[in-house]
Amino acid sequence: MNELSASSRITYRAVMVRPGVARRIRGLSDRTLAWLFITPTIVLLLAINIFPLLWTIYLSFTNYRANRANVPTIWLGADWYQSILTDPDIWAAMQVTAHFVIWTVVIETVIGFGLAFLIDKKFRGHGMWTTIILLPMMLSPAVVGNFWTFLYQPQIGLFNYVVAFFTGRDASSFQMLGDVRLSPWAIVIVDAWMWTPYVMLICLAGLRSIPDYIYEAAEVDRASKWRQFWSITLPMALPFIMLAVLFRGIENFKMFDMVNLLTGGGPGSTTEVASITLKRAAFESWRTGYSSAFAIILFVTVFGLANIYVKALNKVKSR
Amino acid sequence: MTSATTAHSVVEPSATTRRFAGSLVVLYAVITMIPLVWIMLTAFKSPDDAISYPPKVMFKPSLEGFCNLFTTRSRQTPEFIRSLGPPQGLCDSIARSRNMVVAGPSNYVPRFVNSLIIAFGSTVLAVALGTLSAYGFSRFRVPLKDDLLFFILSTRMMPPIAVAIPIYLMYRTVGLSDTRLGMILLYTSVNVSLAVWLLKGFIDEIPREYEEAAMIDGYTRFQAFVKVVLPQATTGIAATAIFCLIFAWNEYAFAVLLTSGNAQTAPPFIPIIIGEGGQDWPAVAAGTTLFLVPIVVFTVLLRKHLLRGITFGAVRK
Repeated sequence: MNELSASSRITYRAVMVRPGVARRIRGLSDRTLAWLFITPTIVLLLAINIFPLLWTIYLSFTNYRANRANVPTIWLGADWYQSILTDPDIWAAMQVTAHFVIWTVVIETVIGFGLAFLIDKKFRGHGMWTTIILLPMMLSPAVVGNFWTFLYQPQIGLFNYVVAFFTGRDASSFQMLGDVRLSPWAIVIVDAWMWTPYVMLICLAGLRSIPDYIYEAAEVDRASKWRQFWSITLPMALPFIMLAVLFRGIENFKMFDMVNLLTGGGPGSTTEVASITLKRAAFESWRTGYSSAFAIILFVTVFGLANIYVKALNKVKSR
Repeated sequence: MTSATTAHSVVEPSATTRRFAGSLVVLYAVITMIPLVWIMLTAFKSPDDAISYPPKVMFKPSLEGFCNLFTTRSRQTPEFIRSLGPPQGLCDSIARSRNMVVAGPSNYVPRFVNSLIIAFGSTVLAVALGTLSAYGFSRFRVPLKDDLLFFILSTRMMPPIAVAIPIYLMYRTVGLSDTRLGMILLYTSVNVSLAVWLLKGFIDEIPREYEEAAMIDGYTRFQAFVKVVLPQATTGIAATAIFCLIFAWNEYAFAVLLTSGNAQTAPPFIPIIIGEGGQDWPAVAAGTTLFLVPIVVFTVLLRKHLLRGITFGAVRK
């Protein structure tokens, strides 16, 4: 909406008000300049994103293998797509991914919103503590994954020690990364540690966007604090919460680096999220055609989610 | 006056509420900092202290982790070590106390330098391209503007591994595999989407009357952009640059799949630092600490713009 009024403003000025100005502008016309400014970005994205994407689509219909470039390429049609969508291993990976995405998003949203709610009480020094809380999300996921493997070491790791201290179990009796039941939770814990601040920051913006007068009116109407929370705070912060949820959902759906360093998909394939399956197929088994098809399927899914995400962004923006 | 105070206090949390909220937040902050503090402490431990049980909070600080990070060592017989001259420097004497001699520098410094070159190179490019495009999208009527902006954003949503498959093939064909230039171009293409979206928000906030006034004074549109808009957008450009820098600095998936030696950055290198008999944790921790310090500094610098950066400029406050 903003853009529309802005652009109509230009036309209005150029045409109606300042013909003199228009005549005096030397050099490039606005139209030429606009294209000169935008084209380099588009060209770069076409070269590094779109061309490779089209190539992937082509490869996904062939038997091409990157480590056997001399073998003649055979057109397979949609065979890979069919075999992927009926492959139980792929569905197992999708289930692992779903477990990871759902639990991280739920935990991060609940804790993140709770923290934002508390920080919004504006206690002394809240600015400094907020910055401290935000630190983990700025770090490299790979480096974070790597140093959490140290914390998760049985016996010597700090995490095991703390759990043992509070539960009375032996610190070497459980392996967060080596146990098929624990490892899916090990990656959830690290992701929650890292990304809860992200959800918190967006929720905080949502809470701060609620004007005071609404609460004042509610007080006048003698609405209880409980009622105010459910009828004002939560609904008005909801678009922001949704934004955070969607973004975390997309990011964790394609999660690779942190999980790759924590477990590498193991033990077995219990933490093999979709990106790890893809990496194994593409860069370890070198099944390029097959992995291209899987990449396209993942991309279409993310693209669909991104579409919803942008709609949510615009909704928040128009507030 | 009293009525004004009460009207205000209705929505102001009470002192007790504040203290309660504050202590919970501080508790969370302290717990969340423990892993980070722990890794930084480990960087200054000796290998024995690092793997002791129970974990040691108090220990004698040692620079062995940093020495092991920066050097490679070889094991020698005590007779051979005794036959050598006096140790050269601190790291050499630490190594000799473990029956080893320093054999040469490790690969950490070259990897760190690669990280710096690739991060700064891609940031400069992405911000330059992003500023131009953002200005174009902000000020001119561009056909299919919303579709183009969505297209730009969507390129960032692709799963990195999915992008890496064709990039790997493409770079192999054109000879960009494992080169810094290849990584700079790749990171630029990822960062330019963030740069366009963020900078468009910043430029939208600069009143166009400034440029129009300059143009009445005889500036061309381009001169007005350079002399009026760019100075006004400095803060936004700086914040965007730091975001791009942090992304490129932290990136792992492309780096581990597309580089092996020449252009390898620090994130894929740090996890493979191994000593004799497994992972050399103090050295890994030292490498991690050095790698994280710039990010901590940048986070503090950026704190006012963080929200904007992580939401592609959608949430501004």
